[in-house]
Amino acid sequence: MASKHNKREEGSSRRQFLLRTAAVCGLAAVSGVWGYAFYSKEPVRRSDEKIYTFRDYRVEEKKIYPQLAVARGKDADKMVRAAIEKIGGMGRFVSPGEKVLLKPNAAWDRQPEQAANTNPDVVASVVKLCLEARASEVWVTDVSVNDPYRCFARSGIEDAVKKAGGKIRLAAESDFVPTDLKGESLKVWPVSRFYHQADKVIDLPVVKHHSLSKCTMAMKNLYGSLGGQRNRLHQDINTAIADLSSAIRPTLIVMDATRVLMRNGPTGGNLSDVSIQNTVVAGIDIVAVEAYGLRFLDLKVEDIPFIGMAEKRGIGISDLKSLTVAEINV
Amino acid sequence: MIARLFTLRNIRRIYAFFFILLFVLLLWLTGFRRIKGYETPLFLELDPLVAVSSFLTSWTIYKGLVLSLFIIAGTLFFGRFFCSWICPLGIINQVAGSIFNKLRAVDTVALNSYRPLYRLKYYILAILVALAALGSLQIGLLDPIPLITRSFAVSVFPGLNYNRGWLYLKQPLFQGGTFLGVIFLAVLFANRFLPRFWCRAVCPLGALLGLLSFKPLFSIWRDVDRCTDCKKCLAHCHGGCDPDTAVRTTECHLCMNCIEDCPEDAIHYGLSGLSSSVHMSLDVSRRRLIESAVAGALVFPVLRSTITSKTSPQYRVIRPPGSIREVDFLRRCIKCGECMKVCPTNAIQPALLEAGFEGTWTPVLINTIGYCEYNCVLCSHVCPTGAITPLTVEKKLGKPAGQKPLKIGTAFYDRGRCLPWAMNIDCIVCEEVCPTSPKAIWFESVEVQLRDGTKKILKRPRIDANLCIGCGICENKCPIHDYPAVRVTSIGETRSSTNQMILKS
Repeated sequence: MASKHNKREEGSSRRQFLLRTAAVCGLAAVSGVWGYAFYSKEPVRRSDEKIYTFRDYRVEEKKIYPQLAVARGKDADKMVRAAIEKIGGMGRFVSPGEKVLLKPNAAWDRQPEQAANTNPDVVASVVKLCLEARASEVWVTDVSVNDPYRCFARSGIEDAVKKAGGKIRLAAESDFVPTDLKGESLKVWPVSRFYHQADKVIDLPVVKHHSLSKCTMAMKNLYGSLGGQRNRLHQDINTAIADLSSAIRPTLIVMDATRVLMRNGPTGGNLSDVSIQNTVVAGIDIVAVEAYGLRFLDLKVEDIPFIGMAEKRGIGISDLKSLTVAEINV
Repeated sequence: MIARLFTLRNIRRIYAFFFILLFVLLLWLTGFRRIKGYETPLFLELDPLVAVSSFLTSWTIYKGLVLSLFIIAGTLFFGRFFCSWICPLGIINQVAGSIFNKLRAVDTVALNSYRPLYRLKYYILAILVALAALGSLQIGLLDPIPLITRSFAVSVFPGLNYNRGWLYLKQPLFQGGTFLGVIFLAVLFANRFLPRFWCRAVCPLGALLGLLSFKPLFSIWRDVDRCTDCKKCLAHCHGGCDPDTAVRTTECHLCMNCIEDCPEDAIHYGLSGLSSSVHMSLDVSRRRLIESAVAGALVFPVLRSTITSKTSPQYRVIRPPGSIREVDFLRRCIKCGECMKVCPTNAIQPALLEAGFEGTWTPVLINTIGYCEYNCVLCSHVCPTGAITPLTVEKKLGKPAGQKPLKIGTAFYDRGRCLPWAMNIDCIVCEEVCPTSPKAIWFESVEVQLRDGTKKILKRPRIDANLCIGCGICENKCPIHDYPAVRVTSIGETRSSTNQMILKS
């Protein structure tokens, strides 16, 4: 009996032969086209990644307003409102329908009393002011050093911002886009994409001691826009801070000096390191705000190289005597 | 109509759906943002094998593990209901089995009848229990609840998150996660060849519950007067317990399918009637069982005659804060991975062989992946067995003042790699991030001469071993991040009286 595997192929007609030949020729041609189209001397095809640059978030300078407003008092909300009112009110900085990004210092898993992060009441107050100025959205972000969820929760900022009507936006790995900072030591760095989506950026630093740069305030707070391996920045910290403040020009700076961390910065952790100063400083000149903040830490402009570097680059003025400073008690 | 939907089979399906959902939900809740005091390790606490074997290693039934008594008592009364009604791995295996197999009636007789292979699980149980009785807790390797918890925490959740970021802000990474994931997939894929292969042939918890349902009060019984021997009861049998002949209560999962499938209404659940067929007793050779236990007992001295974290401290074995001393830790840890799931920085990792074979997949901190968050005590609160005992933040940090903080290790500088020490480059990121107050990392300012002859003031970091708590954030944030210039090792850990270096501290 014949094996069942001995079934014979059926003969093919001329028509079938031509069709099959055409199909084989077609496939061969496709392989040729594939080789032609993708032949390369490079081992990997590079896709050109878009490199972003920061937009200028500033508003026009107006001589009728003082350059700096310093409010002293007990109530954070009142201090923030008074200081911003003095320099033109939030309506000067935020136009209706704009998306505003707030950058508090929320780098550490610490409680408000420990003064390692911006006072949540100050952040909430600025959120409310932005919404009152009819901003369409108010985002609060930071690239924290500790676990970001813990930092925002335990600093009280998450809760305060949500109550005030703002939104916490934390950057996941996919939210970082390469951005050219055009600096002396900072070239292209990953920056959270929220900075490129926002119309206005408000810098909300806290005044703190820092072991390497001596102080961390408005200028160093901008570190928190960067992702990537930013621990390398310490190797040339003064140039890096000056580069950052040249690259990012915030609309407004509201500096929290309600509680000031005097020692063991920037992490703190001990209440005995905290000095209560009950002050809020607002201004549009980051260098002037920075220079003003030094008094809380008993420092002088000459002690801090990056302030001089920034001033030399024309970012702002550190000589407070040449500026009008409005002082308010609330 | 509605009443017809509430068949025994459907009621079991509702329970199964509820418990698998509860399992995933509790594991999803196991994280800083959501934990809020829920009983997240509930399934591990319900697991009688965890309770029994950890009782054998340390003579306690720790806290929540008493919940397993509900399962033990329930099984004595009702039989092995846990396997098809509650066990998440059993339920997933059942679903996988029905996806992989399209059974024809003729196959069901072959696949769903009892096989001698199913004795294997009792021998596995004997080996693991013998080891536990001698003091080595290895049930976590094969116990289904730790196995599925670990697989979900270490590979399934991170895998689902990949490229989407819907579960975590930062993609979790686990050493050996692929291997654990492949084991889990292999368990599921085994259903392709034999439905519920894991549950019927391997599962040591199933074996324990099988022993407990040796003579349950209530059981499936077949009415011999009504039965026509059509074998339709085998069509959907979960346990392979021969409902068509003499029901094996030790294998029966109480899936109730045979009752629904019987066209003659001959199969019932409850107290046996007068016309009940006989029940088959446990089909295990006592000789083989004793052999297995002896084999386990023989492995024990071999396990102990090797260098492990128990014989001498291993520098990479940095245990989570709150861990008890290593000898006891290995007596309690079931490798379930709850602490790995809850760790906010992803620092807690399943050990490979750092702690010896006995310590496989036990938690160790790897500071190049994460670090121990200063104010965090989450891992100590999710541990179901007390290998990590609950901590308060105050206790961990040594507050109020005067108390000593809890140390999990000590950091050391590698001066050949540290930028200020080796290359005269400014850095001290480690000092910046050091969370203690005063900082355990301090620096001295020194004037150094650079290659071109110029002078420079440089800050060189040092460790104060008495203040360092071994949290590892310095190692994690060091810019030399492939092999950091400051590294934490386990020495100085509070939990050990012998792994110490300084006389006065």
